[in-house]
Amino acid sequence: MRNTKSTQLIFELSRSGRRAHLLPPADVPNVDLGSVLPSGALADAPPPLPELAEGDVVRHFTNLSTLNMSVDTHFYPLGSCTMKYNPKRNERLASLPGLVDVHPYQPESTIQGLLEILWNVQNDFAEISGLPAVSLQPAAGAHGELAALMVAAAHFRKLGQHRPNVLAPDSSHGTNPASAKMAGFETITVKSGANGLVDLNDLRSKVNEKTAVFMITNPSTLGLFDTQIKEIAEIVHSHGGLIYLDGANMNAILGITRPGDFGADMMHYNPHKTFSGPHGGGGPGAGPICVRDFLAPYLPAPTVGRKGDTYYLDQGGSDSVGRVRSFFGNVGVLLRAFFYIRSLGGSGLKEVSENAVLNANYLLSRVRHILPVPHGNRCMHEFVASASTLKKEKGISAMDLAKRLLDFGFHAPTVYFPLTVPEAVMVEPTETESKEMMDAFVEALFRITGESADLLHEAPHTTKISRPDEVTAARKPVMKWTAS
Amino acid sequence: MLQAIGAASVAELFESIPSELRLNRPLAIPPALSEIELTQHAKKLAGKNLGAETATCFLGGGAYDHFIPAVVDSLASRGEFYTSYTPYQPEVSQGNLQVMFEYETLICQLTGMDVSNASLYDGASATVEAALMCLAQNDGRRKVVVPESLHPEYRMCLKTYFQWIGAELVEVATPEGTLDLQAWTNAIDSQTACVILPQPNFFGIVEDLKPFAAAAKSAGASVVACVDAISLGILDKPSNWSADVVVAEGQSLGNPLQYGGPYLGILACREAFVRRLPGRIAGQTIDRSGKRCWVLTLQTREQHIRREKATSNICTNQGLFALRAAIYLSLLGPQGLKETALLCGQKAHYLKQQIASAPRYSIAFDGATWCEFVVRDQSGDVAGTLEYLQSKGILGGIPLGQWYPELSDCFLVAVTEKRTKCELDSYVAALKHLSVGAFVTNA
Ligand SMILES: Cc1ncc(COP(=O)(O)O)c(C=O)c1O
Repeated sequence: MRNTKSTQLIFELSRSGRRAHLLPPADVPNVDLGSVLPSGALADAPPPLPELAEGDVVRHFTNLSTLNMSVDTHFYPLGSCTMKYNPKRNERLASLPGLVDVHPYQPESTIQGLLEILWNVQNDFAEISGLPAVSLQPAAGAHGELAALMVAAAHFRKLGQHRPNVLAPDSSHGTNPASAKMAGFETITVKSGANGLVDLNDLRSKVNEKTAVFMITNPSTLGLFDTQIKEIAEIVHSHGGLIYLDGANMNAILGITRPGDFGADMMHYNPHKTFSGPHGGGGPGAGPICVRDFLAPYLPAPTVGRKGDTYYLDQGGSDSVGRVRSFFGNVGVLLRAFFYIRSLGGSGLKEVSENAVLNANYLLSRVRHILPVPHGNRCMHEFVASASTLKKEKGISAMDLAKRLLDFGFHAPTVYFPLTVPEAVMVEPTETESKEMMDAFVEALFRITGESADLLHEAPHTTKISRPDEVTAARKPVMKWTAS
Repeated sequence: MLQAIGAASVAELFESIPSELRLNRPLAIPPALSEIELTQHAKKLAGKNLGAETATCFLGGGAYDHFIPAVVDSLASRGEFYTSYTPYQPEVSQGNLQVMFEYETLICQLTGMDVSNASLYDGASATVEAALMCLAQNDGRRKVVVPESLHPEYRMCLKTYFQWIGAELVEVATPEGTLDLQAWTNAIDSQTACVILPQPNFFGIVEDLKPFAAAAKSAGASVVACVDAISLGILDKPSNWSADVVVAEGQSLGNPLQYGGPYLGILACREAFVRRLPGRIAGQTIDRSGKRCWVLTLQTREQHIRREKATSNICTNQGLFALRAAIYLSLLGPQGLKETALLCGQKAHYLKQQIASAPRYSIAFDGATWCEFVVRDQSGDVAGTLEYLQSKGILGGIPLGQWYPELSDCFLVAVTEKRTKCELDSYVAALKHLSVGAFVTNA
């Protein structure tokens, strides 16, 4: 039944002279732009884009969409990514006229409703984090990390302190050290202990008056809440450093504990994870940051303020690090977060975390009979199993498991991250999956571990393609179509 | 489920969180709303704003009220596209990967570059990343030279990023709205890693940039072009004027205004720069049985592999908006893009000429413009002009004094293919009305 044409490239479908989008005739007197604009700046011909009929375009992209797994179609337990159901109501509401059609340079008097929403989003993010000052400007989690690290750098510059180092645990996400580098810091890795938590002795030996920030993900990428967090914060603070919380895992602790209450000075959210913004096949996201009051003057501006009943853009002062992007921020994603938060209310948000943690623990309790989970029998919103025994005994790797799960109709968990667990299989069910779905996943995993290694090495067997040659793709990169 | 876990309660699952760190009160967030209530609430708030569907929008400055064909919304709202993640498992992401590959090809066709990535956050962050690429490529050189006619917010972002990495932004004045070759050449030296040339510039002016690019090249600097995507329907590809890297704000390509984001950062470059390119790239390969297919490639540039040695920290990008741009460009084709660019230009030209005939107003700069231009209010009351236009349902322009104090009597006006002659005439009628009896200071 599958349409075999769907893997032809749009360029291969092109036929000279075909049109889809037609424009109206000009209703103003004709001017020859060729004589108005400098001739040296003009093109001889328009770009060689493909030429198609409207129906061709629709069929092409519709067929392509059917080659994806997605949250709407499949269980997607991709650890660290919080692939929860994305409520349809949010899509409709964010597309209302008055929200979707507002230009970023409109006068404040014409966007009072929108500023009211954004002001509320700031307040909600502050309340959930326990950190009072908020900038909604960053465009994704990594961008928020970078913006917050610049805030820290500006703070220490103001204090006249030279602090060139950022510390981050070995289990941290790759964006942490990459963001630190872009903010001018050098990253020093702090080891995790056998229990998966920060090794306090290692931290003590590395933190000093050169430390600007310790970046911690808590709950961690192993799905563990670091019970020592208070002590960690005390150690770092006693050397004058700041605690940054990578908030990618906030789905576990909404309304239960707050980063500001457990010692964090700065954090980002990933509203495209925690607050149900759809991932769009790679984006968009948003990366709002929350900081303590003493760091507020350094935040990127503008933020939203309120005087009486009027909302306005606060352009910040001379201490602000400056802009990290154009315009206000990824408002479309923030609107969806606002609608999500209002749909659930304060107690509903807490239930989100309770159910996310319940689901993850249920899945853990069943998966650990199939694959060892090195860091204990309990977890927060996700857990990391290891296929290393399976690999040693049967030659079956985490990758083999991931690929074979696709045949059973499940998106694969995150594999080979965090780097501290060999053959890592990182599973995050989220609160929006049912027990039946998780049971089906466990049964599939169980069946797979009983299958022959040879079968698994060649998995998946039911998808349109299998095991693409990534080595050749990287060695002889073909990154665009060219007419043959 | 608790039984399987071996826990007595859900609360027990949170035991690892020390009790003194718990929030011992409910979150101070309003109670839950049903979908019906939420819809009413949202409509009320949305109704307090004046959007471009209700008003007539002449605002530009990097975000434009272009027409979005229905097909773009319809296809991009398929759950298989918008509820999927970055394509980490190529076997079940061929749809997204092929779209990325097609998007990259379309961007190369548009710009004349060899390689495009799969998107960055927006035009400003793409401009910053392009500068960072050139600083890395031309190791040892620490200066980036730009004209003041580059988008002010893009220049602010460059400064924000540069202050921590020891790079210097050199801004060349453009008092006449255009670049002066002598001043430009003087600003470029052996420390210049790259120059960034806007086309059209922030004032809407189109220049022949070849001599300015050549000045950079002869000093050994790279050339970054910051272009308007729609204008490439009629303006020359940046590859033809020596650009090494091309950046653009992709909002124009089928993406809604939504108060500034999410938009689409376009970044493409010549082959020689590919190892410095930030972000995802889809590449072509074959699968186990020899079938053509697509994967994420050259991942050793990226943060999840290289951590602090990565070319950038970007992870989540703007995939959905790259998809929309790919659909948009496929719908328009070469002829549609050209006609769109021509319509914008012709309508803008008409409005510009008509405004010049309103006694109180003049066109600030002599330079040739495409879809956007700067109007001077000779009475100096820009706020009054824009407020009056707003009372007529017209979002009339962007005051320039906020970025250019010397242009505090000026505003920026943009015209897209959506504007009708009737709307343009209403705009002019309003300005003529304001001109009656106006006290003209420097006519
Ligand atoms: C733990 C962690 N930190 C940071 C990030 C980066 O966030 P984003 O992809 O929104 O830039 C991610 C997401 O992939 C993550 O899982």
